[in-house]
Amino acid sequence: MYPEDLKYTKSHEWVRVADNMATVGITDYAQEELGDIVNIDLPAPGGAVRAGEPFGSVDSVKAVSDIVSPVTGEVVEVNEDLAASPELINQEPYGSGWMIIVRMEDPSELAELMTSDQYERFVEAQ
Amino acid sequence: MLAAVGAPDIQTLFEQIPEQARLERPLDLPAGLAEQDVVALCQGMAARNRSLEELVCFLGAGAYDHYIPAVVSAVLSRSEFYTAYTPYQPEASQGILQSIYEYQSMIAALTQMDVSNASLYDAATAIGEAAIMACGITGRSRVLVSRAAHPHFRQVLTTYTSGLGILVAETGFTAGTTDVSALRRALDGSVACVVVQYPNFLGAVEPLGVLAEAAHSAGALLVVSVDPIALGLLTPPGAYGADIVVGEGQPLGAPIGFGGPFVGIFACRRDYIWHIPGRIVGATVDADGRAAYTLTLQTREQHIRREKATSNICTNQALVALAATVYLSALGKNGLRHVAELCFQKAHYAEQEICRRNGFSAPWRVPFFKEFVIRSQKPVAEVNARLLENSILGGLDLGRHYPELENHMLLCVTERRTREQIDRLVEVL
Repeated sequence: MYPEDLKYTKSHEWVRVADNMATVGITDYAQEELGDIVNIDLPAPGGAVRAGEPFGSVDSVKAVSDIVSPVTGEVVEVNEDLAASPELINQEPYGSGWMIIVRMEDPSELAELMTSDQYERFVEAQ
Repeated sequence: MLAAVGAPDIQTLFEQIPEQARLERPLDLPAGLAEQDVVALCQGMAARNRSLEELVCFLGAGAYDHYIPAVVSAVLSRSEFYTAYTPYQPEASQGILQSIYEYQSMIAALTQMDVSNASLYDAATAIGEAAIMACGITGRSRVLVSRAAHPHFRQVLTTYTSGLGILVAETGFTAGTTDVSALRRALDGSVACVVVQYPNFLGAVEPLGVLAEAAHSAGALLVVSVDPIALGLLTPPGAYGADIVVGEGQPLGAPIGFGGPFVGIFACRRDYIWHIPGRIVGATVDADGRAAYTLTLQTREQHIRREKATSNICTNQALVALAATVYLSALGKNGLRHVAELCFQKAHYAEQEICRRNGFSAPWRVPFFKEFVIRSQKPVAEVNARLLENSILGGLDLGRHYPELENHMLLCVTERRTREQIDRLVEVL
């Protein structure tokens, strides 16, 4: 149900890891709960993110939600397409709806995150 | 009523208030009066006022004596508009929303900006909001405001931004307009925006193109506060690349009324739409495909975004904005242009004639719209006293706000002033 190559947070973000680079987005469950996403606030490249702390926010029609970083590090890339097309997050939350890429300071933080199975059970219990 | 709620006396209702905070003495109020005595008392006080129905007004400085067509009050006094507060189930009030959408559309067209909100309270607070918005967009915390902007606007700007870590600094004027060299020297990477007024407080037309270029080359936004009547004649700030346009909508169909209620114009470029404060009405279709209006982009607002919102405003000046909408509809593009031309021509005629009089001169040569500055040999207070004896309301004593402009008067001539009235002013001076 949830991609197996990703790791997940309790606040419904996912992480895809390649070497020490972590791509971050929100899960299908999160985008479903939010409804149509109309705006997103993301940090600029060069900004710092900390595990467990919000790095941006996403607006749906009637609500604003923080996006929490799963890892600590420096933002090296931001998905520029989302400014004009925030609906990509609804359409492809794990693909074209990716948000930021972080150069991780401490990859051991990944051990705190959930696997696809653990996340699926976590979501069912919501 | 006390018996109905089971309270023995009125003091019982105040028992919740801690003792140390209670007044513990009766209020110093006179005894009640019969209704007709109250009416007589109020009428007596009101009769001590002299209004613009009696006085010929050459005073401007932020509140302007323009003609208000009768159709404005005819529409405003409809109880659906007059008694309505801000709708809490807005989509059920399609008429109100449509009128606000029309207002926004007209303001956007007039200022040549992409989007307007449903209005704010007045120009002064709109400037405050614009400064806060500019700091949010740029991530910077200094605001440069021209001394040629209204002194009250500058004071409110400082009040509005205090406590937010925003520093407001003033930049000077020379020969009636903002000193561009001084501005360039003051601009650096800490400045979020430059705030100017158009026309400025002294009536002069600011060089917006140069100001926009100076601000943008330092990475700062340009905020322009307008007189909407002037936009009937002058190139709008949007055409010069202004980032945020604010202004005072009072000249569009609202009376001077002791200084309010007025209406704050707020418009900006599309890039910044998610940072704009206040309400925005959008046009859409309903479930049956019919045209419908809705409040939109609501997650900007503080009832949803809370402490991360740009502003805590959650209302607009609906009735005064409606007056502006009716005024602009009644006049149309050509009518507004005509009003602006009359203001321009009459003000220039007045200035020319006044400067012919001994004891009066122009302190500088600068393009102006409907207000201008005159230097007087006699103190302004003395001149105004003589004018008032002749039922003429003279211009503002600029020495009260600008120490270097002692004995200078700010005069305003709108389309309401006749040639006879202007000639009489010149004669009495």
